[in-house]
Parts: sequence; C-alpha cells; structure tokens
Amino acid sequence: MFEPMRTLTSGTIVLARANIDTDQIIPARYLTTTSREGLGKHAFHDWRYDEAGAPAEDSPLDGPEHKGHAILVAGPNFGCGSSREHAPWALVDFGFRAVVSSDIADIFKSNALKNGLLPVEIDAETHARLLECPGREVTIDLEAGVLTSGNDIEAHFTVEPFAKKCLLEGNDPLGFLTDRMDAITAYEKDHAKEIGA
Amino acid sequence: MMAKSLFDKLWERHVVVPETGDSPAVLYIDLHLIHEVTSPQAFSVLEERGLAVRRPDRTKATLDHSTPTLKAGADGRLPYATAQAEKQVERLIANTKAHGIELFGIGDPRRGIVHVIGPELGLTQPGKTIVCGDSHTSTHGAFGALAFGIGTTEVGHVLATQCLLQRKPRSMRVTVEGELPPGSGAKDMALAIIAEIGADGGQGYALEFAGSAVRALSMEGRMTLCNMAIEAGARVGMVAPDETTFDWLKGRDRVPADWDAAVSDWRTLPSDEGARFDKEVVLNGSAVAPMITYGVSPDAAAPVTGNAPRAETAEARHAADYMKFAEGRPFTEQAVDRVFIGSCTNSRLSDLREAAAVMRGRTVASGVTALVVPGSEAVRRDAEAEGLHIIFLNAGAEWREPGCSMCIGMNGDIGQPGELVVSTSNRNFIGRQGKGVRTVLAGPATAAASAIAGHIADPRDYLDAAREPEHV
Ligand code: SF4
Repeated sequence: MFEPMRTLTSGTIVLARANIDTDQIIPARYLTTTSREGLGKHAFHDWRYDEAGAPAEDSPLDGPEHKGHAILVAGPNFGCGSSREHAPWALVDFGFRAVVSSDIADIFKSNALKNGLLPVEIDAETHARLLECPGREVTIDLEAGVLTSGNDIEAHFTVEPFAKKCLLEGNDPLGFLTDRMDAITAYEKDHAKEIGA
Repeated sequence: MMAKSLFDKLWERHVVVPETGDSPAVLYIDLHLIHEVTSPQAFSVLEERGLAVRRPDRTKATLDHSTPTLKAGADGRLPYATAQAEKQVERLIANTKAHGIELFGIGDPRRGIVHVIGPELGLTQPGKTIVCGDSHTSTHGAFGALAFGIGTTEVGHVLATQCLLQRKPRSMRVTVEGELPPGSGAKDMALAIIAEIGADGGQGYALEFAGSAVRALSMEGRMTLCNMAIEAGARVGMVAPDETTFDWLKGRDRVPADWDAAVSDWRTLPSDEGARFDKEVVLNGSAVAPMITYGVSPDAAAPVTGNAPRAETAEARHAADYMKFAEGRPFTEQAVDRVFIGSCTNSRLSDLREAAAVMRGRTVASGVTALVVPGSEAVRRDAEAEGLHIIFLNAGAEWREPGCSMCIGMNGDIGQPGELVVSTSNRNFIGRQGKGVRTVLAGPATAAASAIAGHIADPRDYLDAAREPEHV
C-alpha cells in the first residue's frame, strides 16, 4: 500500500495538451509486464525518447528544472482511453503524487486513487493559469479540498469521500469488501434464481 | 411507482450494500472476464493476501491481447512478439489452472477477443453485470447488460469478493431516429455520436442508446455502437434488450437452461415510459454518412466525403501536424499504406461480410498492406465456411488468426512510423498502432474501399449496386 497523504507541496510539470490518453502515458508495448514495479521509465516514453531510444532534447519531463516535481498539471480529459492501471503505476513510479486538470477520465481517476496518485479536478480558469506557469510551487490540501499557489491562486476540489478516506488514512478498499462477505453471501442466496447458479 | 430506466433497473438488482455519503455501493458482479494483460498483478495481490477466487465459476478467461495472429512455425511454436508477451500468456494459463477458472486458451475453438466471445458463447446476457479489465467492456451493454471496464486493482476486488465498490453514475440517453442511409453502418453512427458529444461528453454517465435507428441495428451493430461508448468517455453503453437480442442469443452454449423464464424476465428490463435521464441527446440517423477520423482523438470524425477542417485550436493544430492532413483538402486524397479490419469493434461475421462485399473480385492497391483479423475462432470458422477468406486472399489481403492484433499492437502487428492506417478499431491515439503511425478510424466497408483505392475512399462507390445493376 501507499503512504497516507494529507498535504503535498511541490513544483509542477505541465503537459498542456488535451485528451492525453493512456497510450501516451504508457505505450501498449510496455504492458507485457506481469509486475507493477519499475514502470516509471516508460512513463510518456514516446514523448521522452526519440526513435532510436535516445532521450529527447525537448522532453517536458526530464530537465533538471523539473527534478523532484511531484505534481502533473495536464490538459482536459487527461487519462482517457484504456483501463490500464499501468498508467498510474508508471506515473507514481516516475515520481508523481497528484494530477491536476479541469477534467480527468473516469477509469483513470478510479485507478489513480487506488495507487496513491491524487486526481485533482479544478475549475477551468485556475487550471488555465496553472498551465501557463510550469514549475510553479503548488500546495494541495487533500483534507480541506483546496489547491493553492502563491497569494493569487486558490481552487477547490472534491474527491469521492471513501477514496479520500483511503488516501488520508491509508485504508484499504479490498479490506472493506472482504469485511462484507456475509452480506455478499446473503445476496448470492437471495438472488440465486436471477443471477443463475 | 417511479418510472425507471434500464440502467436504474440493472443497478438496483445488483446492489449488495447501498451507497451512503461515506461509502460507495457494493455492487455484485455476475460475470468477470479476464485476459492476460490486466490480470497478472491482480492474482499477485490475491496471493500476497492469501485470498481465494470467490467465484471461479463466474470468471472466464481468454487470451487475445498479446497473442500472435500468425500460425505456429514448423517447430510448433507460436511467433510471440517478445519473450515477455509469451510469459504473460503462460502466467494466465498458470493462474487460471491454480484457481480453477475456465480458460479459452490457445487451440481452443472458443478462443477470441474477450468482447467477441462473451456474447458468442451466450455468457453475455441481458440483466447481467459484466466487468473486465478492459475499457471496451461496454460492448456487452448491447444486450441490455450493465458492463464496464475496470482497472487491475478492481480485477483483484472482483476475483476476491465478486463485488466492486461503485458510485452510481449519471444517465444519458442518446436517441437516434430515422433510417441509416445505404453505405452507413453502426460504426458510422458511433463516430457521428462521438463527434457530436465529444471524447469526454459521456464522462461520468452511463449511456443508453435508443431510437428507431438503434432498434434497427443487428446485434453486431449494437455491439459496435456500445463498444465505442468509452470513446465518448462513458464507461457504460447500453441498448435495451428486445426480440433481436433474444433471437441472437437463443440456442447459444451458455444461455439459461430455463430460456422462457429468462426471456420473460428480460422483457421487464427496458426503460419505462417516462424514465428520467440526467441528459438527453438526439441525432438524426438518416443524416449519418460513412465517417472517418482525421485527428488523434475519436471525436475528430467527419463524413468521408469532407475536407480536412481548419485547425482552430492548439490541439487541432498538433493533430493536423501529426496526421499531415492539409487544411481544406479532401480526405479522399490521403494515400493509405495499411488497412486493418478487425478488433472488438468490427471483427464479427457481419463486419467481415461488409468488407468482403467491397473486396470481392477486386484487388488491394499496390503498396497497400491489408490485414483481416477475425475476432474469434468461431468468426474465423463461419467466415471460412462462407468463403470470405478466399475473397480477402484473392484480393491480396492477409487472413490471420484471431486476436486484438493491430488494434493495440501488443503482439507485434503494428505499422511503421509515418504510415497511414485505415483501421476498423476504436482508437486513433498517437502511437497506438505503432510509433509514428497515423490512424484513421472507419467502418469495415470504408476500410475495405480504402484498401482497394489506395487512398481514403467512400464505400458507396464500391457497393455492389454501383457495379452490377440488379437483374430485374
Ligand atoms: S480489440 Fe482492441 S479494444 Fe478490443 S479488447 Fe483487444 S485491444 Fe482492447
């Protein structure tokens, strides 16, 4: 399990493009792994390396000025496309702890929350301002649901309450489900006809 | 009684523990489909925690994503793209064996793409909740099932508990009235809808497709439509079950033994008159032309007869640069390098018939590679029984073994940098079909016509009526 998270203060890395899909976040050719580990090197692979596999000069993710930045600010509809959990695995392994956008795709959001990567959806205006200033130091207060930066940026966001609790306290959704085995067994008994044997 | 939608009814039936402010609903899952790519880490979690698979009988596995579409070599070995791909396949075989899960594996006559075989075997049924670690699980909604894609952590949850923690999404009804014109099919309808509501227009919603144009679709067409729901951002796409659904399912291997009782239950599922939706969208089906995409997001879709639009935003300019579609030029001027007919969107028998109708007696343009990949072993057998493979082979196309193939390129079926691929799959994302590959999404007839023409082509120019006037 991941570390509980309350607040996060870090510089940002900005990828302003809209509709950044999971094939950009981690190309399918890296999905043949049977492990969750070590995928950070493949994060945004085709944006960071040229055809020959050499580091791309203009990579927005690799310059020394981005070192240690744990907040990704991305264009709208971030994480659209496939359900591959390899996407948040790769981002977390790369060093990200939060993704900020005006609009984050559903399955990605759900996957991110299960891996200690906080999806932060904020209003379009604040989002646009953050997109304009890569590297800016941003503080995300999960408990309060507030993102701030300097004196002039403040935006509110919500996280599904259960997922929020899991993030804050390091709770485990699978444990929540296994604690309800009796209810599940009762459901199966009651619905045996409808749902088949 | 409050009027309920199909979605409301499916949801209510499966709530084990209701949703509260603090916690999502515990939702029961009737059928869990798994494949080699998104399951190994879930089985590892089970092992780490010492948990068993709760309902191996409700879990079905297939091999599709990393599997080669070329036949085994003389040594009997399948030509896997990488050793890791082969290892992934071996892992699923081992995991299913260890946990007593039925696997439709290599050599099994029932194997195929997960979203093709579920319906084919009759595992997919109206009223069921169906999940899979694959976003195109929405396909199964064509039968009036509540079906959606999940991540690997959730695959683990379902393996261990047969349940998921879910908040109920909002609902949207997309109504398409009228009759699709000749030459247009379900894929064109899907692309027209996505162009209308946007790649994130369905975000947070469960979609129900309704209206006379949707009712008129075959089950294959409905599957194509629901398959593409996720390309509009919606995890769920559904069509209410009706006679078309029941006729299609009847007699299939895994349908309920008490068929009549099942059908009478399924008849209660369609949305009640006056059911409320959070959002309504209406489209005119008779205006749906054969569509293609010209950008790098599925909502960049337009009629094949159109011209590349002016790129107004930074996004659109980036897409236009990548696709090399010059503003104002007709789409049909774009030369094609490769054509892919396959994927869980368009690899069923009716899709192959559509493509074959265009390719019959014609030849793939020189310099164009055309790949036809049936969605399952069953589709392959049926297509071969009709001689469709001969039509493709005579035209100069390749006829491959079933699998996901160029839809995702994990098995090594990819294009070369810079190539333009007209593809019947579902995603035109940058690099999806190989690094630097430019993907144009289209229906099977348009893809086949483009293979013959050597450039993006209007399938209506290749319909039989155009070359062989009917004998009256
Ligand atoms: S054909 Fe493509 S979209 Fe369908 S299951 Fe395979 S990879 Fe996923």
